[in-house]
Amino acid sequence: MTRIGWLRLPLTLTYVFLYVPVVVLVIMSFNASKSPFSWGGVSTHWYAVLAGDQNVLKGLGNTLVVAAGATVLSVALGTLIAVGLQRHSNSSFLDSFALAPAIVPDIVLGIGLLVFLSLISVTLGLHSVLLAHVVFGMAFVAAVVRARLSQTDPSLEEASRDLGAGQVATFFRITVPSIMPAIIAGALLVFTLSLDEFVIAFFTDGPSTPTLPIVIYSMVRFGVTPEINALASLLMLVSFTAVLAAQRLTRLTDSV
Amino acid sequence: MTTQGDVLVSIQRIARRFGDVVALDDVSIDIRDNEFFALLGPSGCGKTTLLRVLAGFEEPDAGQVLLGDTDLLALPPHRRPVNLMFQSYALFPHMSVERNVAYGLEREGTAKAEVRTRVGEVLETVGLSELAKRRPSQLSGGQRQRVALARAIVKRPRLLLLDEPLSALDRKVRAEMQLELKRLQHDVGITFVVVTHDQEEAMSMADRIAVMHEGTVQQVDSPVDLYQRPSNLFVAQFIGTSNLFAGDAVTGGIRFAGRTLPGVVVGEPISGASRLLVRPEDTVLVEPRDALLSGRVIETQFFGGVSTVAITVAGHDVPVLLTRQGAPSAVRDAEVHLSWDPAKAVVLSA
Repeated sequence: MTRIGWLRLPLTLTYVFLYVPVVVLVIMSFNASKSPFSWGGVSTHWYAVLAGDQNVLKGLGNTLVVAAGATVLSVALGTLIAVGLQRHSNSSFLDSFALAPAIVPDIVLGIGLLVFLSLISVTLGLHSVLLAHVVFGMAFVAAVVRARLSQTDPSLEEASRDLGAGQVATFFRITVPSIMPAIIAGALLVFTLSLDEFVIAFFTDGPSTPTLPIVIYSMVRFGVTPEINALASLLMLVSFTAVLAAQRLTRLTDSV
Repeated sequence: MTTQGDVLVSIQRIARRFGDVVALDDVSIDIRDNEFFALLGPSGCGKTTLLRVLAGFEEPDAGQVLLGDTDLLALPPHRRPVNLMFQSYALFPHMSVERNVAYGLEREGTAKAEVRTRVGEVLETVGLSELAKRRPSQLSGGQRQRVALARAIVKRPRLLLLDEPLSALDRKVRAEMQLELKRLQHDVGITFVVVTHDQEEAMSMADRIAVMHEGTVQQVDSPVDLYQRPSNLFVAQFIGTSNLFAGDAVTGGIRFAGRTLPGVVVGEPISGASRLLVRPEDTVLVEPRDALLSGRVIETQFFGGVSTVAITVAGHDVPVLLTRQGAPSAVRDAEVHLSWDPAKAVVLSA
């Protein structure tokens, strides 16, 4: 107890350094003052401004479309990749190949996709952002689902086949239920990553359909207003909820 | 008693290798209808691979398997009239006991009402009616094993395969389940093929046993014949305890330390280096004039019902073992004289 007592200091400092700015941001989002640097009393004024800001609302709508679409596609493709790699392949090359998009720097992925999309003459817009997000999204889903698959007994699937189920029935009735927690965790992960993804969206988006992070970036260029604080607080609330839900779901089913 | 009829499954010249490892080498076995058959051997002998070939999870490199008149290997696993009880039981964790058991029938498209009756019946048979709504995680090891068994027999397969069915159970439950499996096989009239590495388990349950070693079948016989008439040294050593004397084969026995130890030859005549197998319970203590061998007692053990005497004999590396009913018939360090009925000693090629 006493021996590790002094280690509490760096721990505390780390958390202070990490969370004080976040707490300040949330507090400042309720600031009545126009300047982001001085306190003018508590108010929800900036949330009202935010609710009336057409640019922000449109950006939010675009982002939600991209995040939802990317999540659905990533889950479908990522799960299939995971099952394929875990059950039908021994190739370590394929393994790293499937995980690469999650590790490659966003800027590389963004520029690469932009070059590729213009090469095959695809117009840029929400659809291209969505596809770009699927590229890294499915890698994350595949990684999470695979970890779960490696812990499930492959004889469950054999038992299903032995009892008369074909491969498709076995996949939906046995494989999917046993990896469900990982699928949900993967989905939430992709959703939150896509929600605030800036770099790749910046390169692959069209000019008329900015996603929320791009909207925020253009607002910040003319100075930080308390409106930004309000928006950031809301985004954080959504991300935190998703991450906590993912953790809870994985823990719940692991205990069974 | 079960009536055992014609050949149900004919395994013909099956071969399977994994890289350099030969898992099955030209294996041929006939399994009869209504029989309790055991594949017995040490780990790595190929018995599980053979079981997986029968279930359809492993494709052999050569050979064929006939079930009645149908070519079993041409069917995918889900179309074979064969069910497998997995070593890990492989119960579906997200389904209740009754849903687990109903799974196979539902995949066949059996009517709902009939599924319910048949699941009810089979749970009754294995004594689990009260636990139908439980999840597998809420059951004990023995109960899980019964669920796995119920799930495997509810479809009334022609052939039921059991992969090390009792290995996950503790000693007491295991003895109970041995009897239970045998009773069940008799009641449901399904041909059972059990894979096991435990010779006592195989001996006590099976009608016939195939002893396997390094991918080949060493002998297929009833437990009694395997024990009394092993066809080679491996089987003799693997099944039961044995005294094995080394010497050259001669007419009516082997040459050992200047005398002839009598025994019989089963099957092909044997010449050259041989072993003579005498089971400990066939070895008896006799008067000096009737002795085949003499030695000195080094240890006696009393187990209640039976006792064991270990005797050193000149020219033989390991002690000769003798078992008899009741208390030991000799004391330590005593000079004793051994004999046996020559008809019960078997000469084997070394």
